[in-house]
Amino acid sequence: MAQVTLSEITKVYPNGFTAVHPASFDIPDGEFVVLVGPSGCGKSTMLRMIAGLEDISQGDLNIGTRQVNNVDPADRDIAMVFQNYALYPHMSVRKNIGYGLKNRKIDKDEIDRKVREASTMLNLDDYLDRKPSQLSGGQRQRVAMGRAIVRDPALFLFDEPLSNLDAKLRTQMRIEIKALQRRLGVTAVYVTHDQVEAMTMADRIIVMNEGRIEQIGTPVDVYNTPETTFVASFMGAPPMNLMAGNIAGGKLRVGEEPIAYDNLPHSGDVTIGIRPEDIVPDERGDITIDVTLVEELGAHRLLHGTIAGQDISIHVDKDNMINTGALRVSLKPNAVSLFDAITGKRLT
Amino acid sequence: MKRAAFTNRWLPILLLVPQISIIGIFFYWPAIHALRSSFYLQDPFGFSETFVGFSNYASLFNSPAYGRAAIFTVCFTLLVTILSLGIALLLAVKADKVVRGAKTYRTLLMWVYAVAPPVAGVMGLILFNQSWGPIADLFKSLGWDFALGVHYYDTAFAMVLISVWKQIPVNFIFFLSGLQSIPKSVREAAMIDNRSTAGRFWDVTFPLLAPTGFFLLITNITYSLFDTFGIIDTVVKGEPGNNPMTLVYKVYVDGFRGNDLGGSSAQSVVLMVLVLAMTVFQFRLVERRIHYT
Repeated sequence: MAQVTLSEITKVYPNGFTAVHPASFDIPDGEFVVLVGPSGCGKSTMLRMIAGLEDISQGDLNIGTRQVNNVDPADRDIAMVFQNYALYPHMSVRKNIGYGLKNRKIDKDEIDRKVREASTMLNLDDYLDRKPSQLSGGQRQRVAMGRAIVRDPALFLFDEPLSNLDAKLRTQMRIEIKALQRRLGVTAVYVTHDQVEAMTMADRIIVMNEGRIEQIGTPVDVYNTPETTFVASFMGAPPMNLMAGNIAGGKLRVGEEPIAYDNLPHSGDVTIGIRPEDIVPDERGDITIDVTLVEELGAHRLLHGTIAGQDISIHVDKDNMINTGALRVSLKPNAVSLFDAITGKRLT
Repeated sequence: MKRAAFTNRWLPILLLVPQISIIGIFFYWPAIHALRSSFYLQDPFGFSETFVGFSNYASLFNSPAYGRAAIFTVCFTLLVTILSLGIALLLAVKADKVVRGAKTYRTLLMWVYAVAPPVAGVMGLILFNQSWGPIADLFKSLGWDFALGVHYYDTAFAMVLISVWKQIPVNFIFFLSGLQSIPKSVREAAMIDNRSTAGRFWDVTFPLLAPTGFFLLITNITYSLFDTFGIIDTVVKGEPGNNPMTLVYKVYVDGFRGNDLGGSSAQSVVLMVLVLAMTVFQFRLVERRIHYT
């Protein structure tokens, strides 16, 4: 268990491509951090640099009090779970889990005891003598987890560990991994492209895009107050509505439609962000939306429409029976996020 | 698995005919013929033959020359197989790590594959030539009076070296593709589990190469036993007398140079039994222990 500190960590490939721009953040002891972003955003490279599988071009990486930039992956006191499990196909489950311990000159009885402990924790007791090829996807995932926890490392690294599982198993393993990490109290860095996984598992989320960190914060922070239009559109399904707007005389408008905000300190062109669930159908509302399509989601209903020619979607409960056509709505308080129209950065 | 059914019963037979006729004409027919000849004594001109029972076999097993050839064959096969597999594996492991110019490097290492065995033999003759061969010169400068075709062990040395050189590219290609089919993440997981490079190689890489290695072991034994004929023939041509030769080459020398068709056939039959035993060994014993992903 340890704190992890990254300062100005950079990755530049020999061909000159910068995969990770200087990034700095701390992970306090025991925290579950999720790196999330679209593919190619540098999140996996970041994780692999922490693991030592990729050289760090510049910057300092500390695990605990030790600077580990040039330390061998095996000596960093980390354990990693890979996307395709990366189990040793020729070894039994028992040997797969115990391999890391065996190489650390640990006594045979002690290895046996630890492997058994891990296998009990992960419900793998009946499978210890099987080969990975005889296991299902979820069981293989558990073996990979077992290989990580048996080592009792300072830091867990997860590289999209659930993306090869089917949807139902993914939801279940999500909870299992999180619960296991809570119980063991080990610091964890988890990489995913799935924003739902990020929201549900993280103590803190780091959103990355094109090699840069867009925002670091708790799931609630990131969801409610996105720092950039990228975060606004990436986090949440359906994503935040982003519309071109204008502030004149303290009044915010989309096209000619006023969005009922007074005395705003800004002026000029802005990007307006409103979460679909922050828009409420309201007969006395000041805003009119032209609903063109109703999407049934069972528990919810998603309305797609336009306001002053721009696309907007609204998330309503299943009890709200709404037809296409003009709809009057109002906004929940503090529903509007404002972003700079050019840089995409949050205003206020 | 789905079973394909033919509606026309002649079509499958027609499709099998080419394969079966090739095996029949070029394998079964000569094999049966050899088996039959091994019980007869032929006159040198092929006009008459006498049934002699097992006497061809008896004289074979009592012949010191045959025993020497058998021992040499075993040593030769072991040396060629172990050396060509070992060197190829080393080259493949190193080539696998090369990132820049990898393609050129690999192509260069594979070139030798295109050289036919007799040509390899001739090249060996030139390189090892007693009076002007550069390798022989090198040995002489080191104080080794190298004489190809004169000294038994010098000739054997050259045969092994040429055969190994000729076989390395094939093994190299297979080992390299075997290495590259090992998932990157498995190797990375091993990097986190084990700090020793050699330890990782023996614990993870090598077992995962085992199917390739086993396949190559069998093909290399076959190669050293049979396909080195061209090389041996070129190297010992003219003076088979005191020179080392493998059992396969001895079949040819006794049969076509010595005109002892019966004895030569008996030798072929012994070789057939040997191959049969090897095949059984391959499928029964070793294959079961090898992990196939």
